[in-house]
Amino acid sequence: MKIAVLIKEVPDTGADRALNPQTGLADRAASEAVLDEIGERTLEVALKILDADPDTRITVLSMGPDSIQATLRKALAMGAADAVQISDDALIGADLVLTAEVLAAALRREQYDLVLAGNMSTDGSAGMLPVMLAELLSLPAATSLSEISIADGVLRGTRELEGATAQISTPLPAIASITEALPDARFPNFKGIMAAKKKPIEILSLADLGVDALPADTARSIMLTVAQKPPREAGTIMNDDGQAGAALVDFLAKNNLV
Amino acid sequence: MTAFAADSILVFLETTAAGELAKNSAELLGAAAGVGTPVALVAAPGEHLEAFAAQAAQAGASAVLSAVVESAILTGQLADALQQAYDLVQPHAVLLAHSLTSREVAARFAVRNKLALSVDALGVQRDEQGAIASHSIYGGAFSTTSAPTFGAPVITVRVGSIEARAQGQEPAVTALELAGGTTPDIQVLDLKKAESNSARPELRTATKVVSGGRGLGSTEQFDLVYQLADALGAGVGASRAAVDAGFIEHAAQVGQTGVAVSPQLYVALGISGAIQHKAGMQTAKTIVAINKDGDAPIFEIADFGIVGDVFKVVPQVISALEARKAQ
Repeated sequence: MKIAVLIKEVPDTGADRALNPQTGLADRAASEAVLDEIGERTLEVALKILDADPDTRITVLSMGPDSIQATLRKALAMGAADAVQISDDALIGADLVLTAEVLAAALRREQYDLVLAGNMSTDGSAGMLPVMLAELLSLPAATSLSEISIADGVLRGTRELEGATAQISTPLPAIASITEALPDARFPNFKGIMAAKKKPIEILSLADLGVDALPADTARSIMLTVAQKPPREAGTIMNDDGQAGAALVDFLAKNNLV
Repeated sequence: MTAFAADSILVFLETTAAGELAKNSAELLGAAAGVGTPVALVAAPGEHLEAFAAQAAQAGASAVLSAVVESAILTGQLADALQQAYDLVQPHAVLLAHSLTSREVAARFAVRNKLALSVDALGVQRDEQGAIASHSIYGGAFSTTSAPTFGAPVITVRVGSIEARAQGQEPAVTALELAGGTTPDIQVLDLKKAESNSARPELRTATKVVSGGRGLGSTEQFDLVYQLADALGAGVGASRAAVDAGFIEHAAQVGQTGVAVSPQLYVALGISGAIQHKAGMQTAKTIVAINKDGDAPIFEIADFGIVGDVFKVVPQVISALEARKAQ
């Protein structure tokens, strides 16, 4: 079975992230870039399938500048067979639809049985890319799965909806996205790290993929303004002296909150 | 054939697993009314469609399109319905909720029509060139606005972010006949509603939220969060640490990878306030924190903070609230 795993490098959510006030682009120098945690969990889902069936081949795909090679190399060390990096200056500031078009073009180059992605990144938080790929590739999309299993060419899973859960199934090939209810990724071991050095990372440009970043018939979303919000300031902080609860209720009453 | 206003804003309204029109419908129509004439699309499996259309009109839709679909959660077919409504209405913009189902409908629809997407908007304005969406990025650290290079923007709006409401209208309903779509969808084998206390407000749309963290200590002791929530009429949330510890279900997680809320009041109990948690709640109007660690980062953004034991302070708060109600 051939599995494509989509991963993304994001600014570390544990640090202060920043946008460049001139360009509106992510300020990559402001915080450390890491493999998005949901991407690690997604790769772990694929690795579990590989554990059970050694005939599985995992390819990781990501769009981004050269700095993402470290992220791709980490995925190779964890057990992916090869990696594809899509990198092109015309993709700086790419919106969601363009990103989907580019990833779809890269996925069309191989016959994958399963395309796996996280349900949502921690930087954009759109939660839309998996179904966009489903549209562009005419594949069924099993999104937001908290459980996933594959047997006899059929994917089954538990889909987490707002206020409900659904048991779903779809024949492969298909696209699936997972939630962070699925387990955290394994650590790459020394053998994996050494092996990863020899594994190939293919680098593709828009010309390689035959994608036009600005075709006349496609509207793009552009950022008009960007502003940093002033940080919130602390208000009244008091130690509990037995009366703090009553003081809080007075505060709430004064602000019409009770 | 109904004629639609030239400044129509097409609003996709979602229906829930419980067979109701989604609670955020009124705010989406309110946002649409601020920039044009709201036209609603309700797509659901048959039975309640007429009632949904009437509710949509009451919430401000000047015209309602209705379509029968197999399932309210299969987004390929819902996107087919939106496509037909879009072709008919030719709106200035398309608004949907940034909820799981609606955002997938938005994504599919935008890709099919090569239209620009504005995601997770907190507000919608307009200038002479059309609709503009405003956003809050990186958990509220930055605010941005976005617009399409041309064409109608497809905008998803964060649930609970719009206060404006539209004026009720007389129902004017047009039924759409859906042709069979070509998008492959998954099969739904079974759909289970999550058990919920219907008397308690839903987390995303609640105007007040009480959240509990690791400091609650156990699933049993997490009951304190529910007690204060019920005393305040608030929805219940949690930090990731509380969810990971199994105190409460994942759906209640507030933060970077959970739900982002912007209520009037957010009360954090036993939550330290990691950056990832703050990313999901720091746009709340008023923040209250109770934590025994005076150095907890949550106090840096709290409008009112109490350094103390939640198990001692919260009962004080509940009895003070009860005393106030009794007056």
